[in-house]
Amino acid sequence: MEGLRILFEKRGKSIYISHLDLMRTMQRSFTRAGYMLSYSEGFNPHPQISIILPLSVGASSRCEIMDFKLKEACDLGQMPHRLNAAMPEGIKVIQAYEASEKAKFLKFIRIEGHFEYDDGNFKEKAGELNSFFSQSELVIIKRGKKGPVKTNIIPTISEICFEAREKFVCMSGVISAQEPTLNPSSLVDALEQIKPSLAPNFAQFERLEVYRQDMTVFR
Amino acid sequence: MQKRLERILPRVQKPARYVGGEFNEIKKDKSSVKLRMAFCFPDTYEIGMSNVGLRILYGSMNTMKDVWCERCFAPWSDMEEEVRKAGIPLYALESGDPICEFDAIGFSLGYEMAYTATLNMLDLAGLPIRSEDRKELLPLVFAGGTSCTNPEPMAAFLDLMVIGEGEEINNELLKLLIDAKARGISKADFLLEAAQLEGVYVPSLYEAQYGQDGTVSSFIPKQGAPERVKKRIMKDFDGAFFPEDSIVPSTEIVHDRVNLELFRGCVRGCRFCQAGYAYRPVRTRSAERLVSQGTESLKNSGYQEVTLSSLSTSDYPELMRLCDGLMDFCESRSMSLSLPSLRADNFSMDIMKRVQKVRKSGLTFAPEAGSQRLRNAINKNVDEEDLIRTCRVAFEGGWNNLKLYFMLGLPTETDEDVVAISEMANKVLHCWRQHSNNKNRGVRITISTSCFIPKPHTPFQWEPQVSIEEYLRKVKLLRESLTAKNVNYNWHEAETSLVEAVLSRGDRRIADVIEKAFRSGSSLDAWSDYFDFGRWKTAFEECGIDPAFYANRLREQDEIMPWDVIDLGVSKKYLWRERERCYESVLTPDCREKCTGCGASKLNGGICDGRA
Repeated sequence: MEGLRILFEKRGKSIYISHLDLMRTMQRSFTRAGYMLSYSEGFNPHPQISIILPLSVGASSRCEIMDFKLKEACDLGQMPHRLNAAMPEGIKVIQAYEASEKAKFLKFIRIEGHFEYDDGNFKEKAGELNSFFSQSELVIIKRGKKGPVKTNIIPTISEICFEAREKFVCMSGVISAQEPTLNPSSLVDALEQIKPSLAPNFAQFERLEVYRQDMTVFR
Repeated sequence: MQKRLERILPRVQKPARYVGGEFNEIKKDKSSVKLRMAFCFPDTYEIGMSNVGLRILYGSMNTMKDVWCERCFAPWSDMEEEVRKAGIPLYALESGDPICEFDAIGFSLGYEMAYTATLNMLDLAGLPIRSEDRKELLPLVFAGGTSCTNPEPMAAFLDLMVIGEGEEINNELLKLLIDAKARGISKADFLLEAAQLEGVYVPSLYEAQYGQDGTVSSFIPKQGAPERVKKRIMKDFDGAFFPEDSIVPSTEIVHDRVNLELFRGCVRGCRFCQAGYAYRPVRTRSAERLVSQGTESLKNSGYQEVTLSSLSTSDYPELMRLCDGLMDFCESRSMSLSLPSLRADNFSMDIMKRVQKVRKSGLTFAPEAGSQRLRNAINKNVDEEDLIRTCRVAFEGGWNNLKLYFMLGLPTETDEDVVAISEMANKVLHCWRQHSNNKNRGVRITISTSCFIPKPHTPFQWEPQVSIEEYLRKVKLLRESLTAKNVNYNWHEAETSLVEAVLSRGDRRIADVIEKAFRSGSSLDAWSDYFDFGRWKTAFEECGIDPAFYANRLREQDEIMPWDVIDLGVSKKYLWRERERCYESVLTPDCREKCTGCGASKLNGGICDGRA
C-alpha cells in the first residue's frame, strides 16, 4: 500500500527523541506492530518513511505527520491502536489514512509556547513581548552552514500573542512551516539578541495544528 | 518530570538517554513492591544498554513481584555539570526517583576502568562512597561482574560483592534483604547472614595483613565468613532466563540489535584471557532454543538485526544449524544476521559467506601475536597458514578491509616476535595482491596493538607487565618495520594499560588511590576523552603507592594473591602448570580434544559441555 500517512503526537518523555532516532523508533514500532514497511532498493535498503516537518529536540507536538509505504494491504482503522501498543512513552498515533494531498501543501503551524521568567512579572512581560513582536522587522543572526546569516523573522510569523498565566507567559501563534521555515526557538533568539531583558529563563514549545495556505487544516 | 530537569535536558547532548520511557521498560507501582533496586551501570547509557548482562539481570530481578528493579547510568560530562549545579541527585530512569531512596544499589563492574565512575555515581546519588561511612542497612550498595573476580581494590566502597553469574544469587540476596528490612536488623547483622549465601563476598568480614615486602601475608575470614567464596554459575544455562521482551532504546546505542548468548565459558584456554578462565565450565544453549529466542526477540523489539555472542562463536557446536534457522526467519523480512569477530579458519569463512550477503566492508581477526612460537606460548591456537588461507577466501570474496589485533608485552616476547607482526602484515598484503577479485578498490590492512595486561585467575597472574618505556620501544620497533603504505598501525595508550594493570591485580590498599583519583576529577576513565594519567600519577604519589609493585613485579609461585579468596573453580595449580607450559611454548589442546582437568566442572556436578 502506497501513499499512507499517520497523524501522531510526540509529547512527554518522547520529546527528547531526535529526528533521526524517531525515524528508527518508527520503523521498529511498525515492525513490532506486525506491519511490514516497504524498503528502498539497492545496496543499503532503508524503510521508506518520511516525517514532513522534523521537530526540534525538546519541542512537543500534537500534529506530527509521517508518510510511508507498506508491503501489504492493511486495515487502516486498526492501525492507530496496534501501533500505539508498540510505541515508546509519549508517542501516540491519532489517525492512519491514505494521503490525499502532497506534503508541500502544509504551510502553517499553530504553536504554543511557555516562556518562564524566574523573576515573575508575567503581566508586564506579556505586554512588552506583544509590543516587541509587533515591530515590522526583527533581524536576527543565525548560524548557517556558511557562517552567520541575517534574517528578518517577522514575515514568517502570521499571528502572535502573549498572555500572562499563573506561572509563565503563554505564547500562541501561527508561523510559517515551509519555505520559509521558522523554528520557534528563533523567537527566543530574537529576544536574546535584540532585547535580552525580555529573554525568558526557559521556553518550551508545542505544535498544536498544521494548516494549508488558506488556513484550513492540513491532513 | 521535575521542572529543574526539564530546563536542563534541551541543553545537553542526546537527552533521550536521561529520561527512560523506552518501549518495554518495566514499570511497577512503587507502593506495591517491598524492595526497590537500582541497577547501576558505571558508564554511559549507550554502553550500558548494549550490555547483555544488564538486560538479563534487569529482567530476572523484575520477575520477582516484590521487587522493582530500575536502571541508572553515568551521565556524560555536560549532564553531570548541569545536575550538580541544579542539585539534582542521581535518579533511576523508570521512576525518576533519586536512587539514594532505594533499598539496594547494585553496580555492574565489567572492567576496572569503571571504578572511578562507580564512585562518582555514588557521590552524585548523595551517598558516602565508603561502605563504613554508610551506617544504615539501606541502601545496600553491592556489585557484581567480571571485575569482582578480584574484589579487593573496590572492597572499601562496597558492602558486598556477588561472584559469578547473577541470575540466581541476585534474587536470593534481594529476598534476604526484604526479609532483613522487615525484621529491622542492622547492616552488620545483615552482612553476616549474606556472607552465608554461596557466591557472596563481604569484604568487611576479611582481614588482610601485609608482610615486609608489601605482599599479602595473611587473609583471614572473621565471624564465620567462608574461607573462600565460590563462584555461582547457571547450571542449566539452556533453560536460564533470557529476556525476549527487552527494552528497545529510543536513541541509538552501541550494539543496537538483538544479541543472543550461545554459550558461557570457552574451550580454547588462551593463557592471557581472563574471561576464558572466569566463565568455565562451558555450558551451551541449544540451537533450537536460540532460534526461538532470536525470532521472538526480533518480533518483540522491531530490531532489524540479530547477532551472536559468546567468547568464541566459531566453536559453537551447532553454528551452521543456528545460522540457517535464523536466516530462514530474517531473509524474507529484510532482517540480517551479523557475526562477531570469528576465528581465522575456513569453517568461519564459509559461514561468513553464507550470512553476510551484502556488506563486505570490514573483517577482523585477532592473532594476538606475530610469531607462531609466541602464539603457542600464549596458547592462541591459530596458525599462519590458516590465517593466510582465510584471508585468501576473504579477498576472493570481495572483502578489502582487514583488521588484525595484537598484544605487545606478552610473556616470553622477543624483538623477533614483534617484527613478526609486520611480516604477517606483508604476507596478508601479498595474499591480497595475488587473490583480490577487484584490485582497483585497493586494500586497507589495519594493525592494532595494545599493551598486555596480566589478569587475575589466569596463568599470567604472576607475570610482570612491561614498563611504559618498554612498550613504547616495542611500538617504535614495530612502526619502523611496517613499511607498506596499505598497512595502517594504531596502538593503544600505554598509560591506560598501566592503570588498568594496577587496578586489576591490586589489593585493598589501592582503594585510597581510586578515591584520590576520583576526588581529583577522574570518572569514566574508559573514555580517552576523560582519562588523565596525571591525576592517577599524583594519586599514586600522594598515597605512597608504587604502581610498579602491582603492575611490573614478577610474583613468586607461592605468593598469596589478593584474589585467592575467590574460587572460580579453576585450580591455582592448573594455572601455574599452564604458565610453565607457556615458557616451554607448549600448546594445551582445546577442551573438546581432551579435558585438561582445570577443575571448573566441579561447579557443575562434573558436567562440562566443552568435552567432546
